[in-house]
Amino acid sequence: MNFELTEEQKMIRDAARDFAQRDLISDVIERDYKAAYPTKHIVELSALGFMGMMVDPKYEGGGMDTVSYILAMEEISKVDASVSVIMSVNNSLVCYGIQKYGTEEQKQKYLPDLATGRKIGAFLLSEPEAGSDATMQRTMADDKGDHYVLNGTKNWITNANSASVYLVIAQTHPEKKHHGINVFIVDKDTPGISLGPHEDKMGMRSSDTHSVMFTDVKVPKENRIGEDGFGFKFAMKTLEAGRIGIAAQALGLASGALERSIQYAKERKAFGTEIANHQAIAFKIADMAVKVENARNLCLKAAWLKDQGKPFAIASSMAKQYCADIAMEVTTEAVQIHGGYGYVKEYHVERLMREAKLTQIYEGTSEIQKIVISRNLLRD
Amino acid sequence: MKILICISNVPDTTTKIRFVNDNTAFDTNGVQWIINPWDELALTRALELKEGSSGAIEKVSVISVGPQSSEPTLRKALAIGADDAIRVNAEPKDAFAVAQQLAEAIKDEGYDLIISGIESSDYNGAAVGGMLAEFLGIASVSSVSGINFESGGFQVKREIDGGSEMVAAQTPFVAIIQKGVAIVPRIPSMRGIMQARTKPLKVVESSATDNLTEFVDYELPPAKAACKMVDPENMKELVNLLHTEAKVL
Repeated sequence: MNFELTEEQKMIRDAARDFAQRDLISDVIERDYKAAYPTKHIVELSALGFMGMMVDPKYEGGGMDTVSYILAMEEISKVDASVSVIMSVNNSLVCYGIQKYGTEEQKQKYLPDLATGRKIGAFLLSEPEAGSDATMQRTMADDKGDHYVLNGTKNWITNANSASVYLVIAQTHPEKKHHGINVFIVDKDTPGISLGPHEDKMGMRSSDTHSVMFTDVKVPKENRIGEDGFGFKFAMKTLEAGRIGIAAQALGLASGALERSIQYAKERKAFGTEIANHQAIAFKIADMAVKVENARNLCLKAAWLKDQGKPFAIASSMAKQYCADIAMEVTTEAVQIHGGYGYVKEYHVERLMREAKLTQIYEGTSEIQKIVISRNLLRD
Repeated sequence: MKILICISNVPDTTTKIRFVNDNTAFDTNGVQWIINPWDELALTRALELKEGSSGAIEKVSVISVGPQSSEPTLRKALAIGADDAIRVNAEPKDAFAVAQQLAEAIKDEGYDLIISGIESSDYNGAAVGGMLAEFLGIASVSSVSGINFESGGFQVKREIDGGSEMVAAQTPFVAIIQKGVAIVPRIPSMRGIMQARTKPLKVVESSATDNLTEFVDYELPPAKAACKMVDPENMKELVNLLHTEAKVL
């Protein structure tokens, strides 16, 4: 066993922390209020190399391991989960999916722009009637010989407006059910693509979320990833890796709330002493710290397994479910510790609490994670 | 042209300071070490100058006096963008010894501009830069708040009483910088962090130095007194407290 991070991993964590605590914090409350996309920050994050951390350097990526990515995600998410979800979708769904399953031509064409943030990617799986049950894809991809034609609607798409490259999951052979699903790389400026209005969300308000409509959108055959019918497996395998990133995001929300609570408890006085000296508060902080530590260990283990090339599906589901659930608990306790100040925006913790809620829902709800975990344990 | 930045390895500014050995030594247990904030700004500015010099400034190097445990700080400087690093393998005892060690290590290296932070954030000695210039027998310019590189030479801005002045300095010289040379320190990029692994970090053995000072006792500042609230109606008491307790009137 070795719990020690490498010198590089520490430097990456510190770089992410410095960026978040210095740059992102400056306008995070205003962007949340106005639901404003963090254009300037994404440009800066791209220049620092955070948009394609795990992409092979031959495609202009950082060539980092998943552990480094987790460390960066935690630090960014302590301050701004809107920015970290933009980063997460680009890194661990779009770049990862193309790098792992794309052809050499697809990698050369798309990865350099995505890994450097010159272009942003989006992952289009959810539909109005296909969320947790991703087998029920209604978006159709009709095979026309040398190209496909896409028709349908995708929902809740992170980066829908800011992205230039879409990974779209769609049904080609309905009779084959989920074995008939395909996945395509689609340039957003292809004729026939339109966006619904910006979703007015409870949290992560500074990331742009829209529905996306496809009307007779022509996609060249060479833009399909994998064999005919590979799309559902692609989506599941990619999400398996992607949810480690969201687990780390939830971890960051929790550890950020814990850090703020510790600081506040040492400063705020009640009944003649700092509230940290009241056992009711001290024990809350102890409980929060144990949860954060457990969450971090689950995240790092899932990332380590992936880096070692070992199976990580159960570990990533455990990390996602646990981190998301404790993020909700820890951020709620943080608001309680802050009292009235916790309920106003200036002290950040109410925002962390609103953002934590989404981590229990997207990239596989906590309930879906329990299905994955239990099925793996109970199958004969 | 070659620029050298002298780097101090200092405790993070949020470190809780404790002492050991009967208050004669700083307790380094659990301390997070960082690049001295002034040195980090100096490095940031040096890299900006190099990038804007169309190749005229060919190299930015960093140097530090410290044990092996200080190497992560030099690696971070390499990750930020320095081309190479030198570590003088010695405990940085006091400003005189550090300046002596630095001078010995770089006297034959031909640096055109040597930059030192005005002070380190731990001991605040504010002496190394001037001493280093003296040991090297070259000029030094202090209180530098800006450095430009134009027409093949360096111009430095100095803060003076009531304003500032620009000085064109002949190389080689030591610039002792304060805040202002750069606004925010550069954050290392992923590419920089990966490249830092393979950039040269040379270890130079310690030379003989004169041991002129030793620490005999450390003392923490007195704890902050409790805040006293005064009734806004009672101005007399406020004036009395400012006069007799705070002694500001």
